[in-house]
Amino acid sequence: MSLADFFRKKNSGSIAKDRLRLVLVSDRANCSPEVMELIKNDIIHVISKYMEIDVQGLDIQITQTESETDNGKVPALYANIPIKEMHHS
Amino acid sequence: MSEVIVITSGKGGVGKTTTTANVGTGLAQLNKKVVLIDTDIGLRNLDVVMGLENRIVYNLVDVVEGSCRIKQALIKDKKYPNLSLLPSAQTRDKSSVTPEQMKKLTDELREEFDYILLDCPAGIEQGFQNAIAGADRAIVVTTPEVSAIRDADRIIGLLEANEIKQIQLVVNRLRMDMVKRGDMMTVEDVCEILAINLIGVVPDDEQIVVSTNQGEPLVGSDALAGKAFLNICKRIAGEEVPFLDLQKKASVFSKLAGLFKQD
Repeated sequence: MSLADFFRKKNSGSIAKDRLRLVLVSDRANCSPEVMELIKNDIIHVISKYMEIDVQGLDIQITQTESETDNGKVPALYANIPIKEMHHS
Repeated sequence: MSEVIVITSGKGGVGKTTTTANVGTGLAQLNKKVVLIDTDIGLRNLDVVMGLENRIVYNLVDVVEGSCRIKQALIKDKKYPNLSLLPSAQTRDKSSVTPEQMKKLTDELREEFDYILLDCPAGIEQGFQNAIAGADRAIVVTTPEVSAIRDADRIIGLLEANEIKQIQLVVNRLRMDMVKRGDMMTVEDVCEILAINLIGVVPDDEQIVVSTNQGEPLVGSDALAGKAFLNICKRIAGEEVPFLDLQKKASVFSKLAGLFKQD
């Protein structure tokens, strides 16, 4: 990335484009914030059976990723789940 | 062969009515027989933009209810005898008309006109469903702003779900000076995000306000927006027209503006 690109990234035009890309992915996936909250709670419930996770730090969102089968982009559910402590059994 | 085209956007205030008035008038300038239908029941606008507000006797609701014949409600344009307007009703609401009635109406108008343009209300409720019911193709108007583009994306989804195959985009109110300094999305950005074909780019132009004040569409004039609208009309009629070089014009204008600013 050149210096010019670095500054261009900060322009409001490209910020708008990036924000739109993200919001449209979840719009098109028809995933409301309520559904995302339900998914999040279920994930917490399942993972907590095996390890202690940082519920506050948990972040899930729908993003885009390169498809492995063709060259297009596909929606992906991204989850970042910080682990506090593994349960020792 | 006639075509029914709906002009829609989702978001209000992006230029649907202005686009309908200018595209309709432009198609009339190309010697097509055109009828414009204002489908925004309760918020009548197209008549004032066309400068025909004093000639209204009957309206869209009168026609679908059978209170008058279609011919009685059609208002002929001041300049172009091959251009007519079917005004909306101001004192009724959207539920006064059903999609089935709209379909029947547009089918009847096909017999007499080459192009039937429907000015769609903002929103995705009944007014939208009425406007798209009889449409063969759609022109989605957006501005290069996040809110308008998000709504346009939703509208495109709904048009596709309603099996309207041909959907084309007009990017309205583009400001090249802002695009140049990176503070407005480019036309390419907007097309990439919405993933539909572009049929026109209209620059932000003060003359649009002037022409709306006067009730005379700008299309065909020397103003940049007037040229852009005429190009859209030619593309609708099947002609291949290159896109205007807004970049060049904008830089000349901005240089001029810069000169005046220094005074």
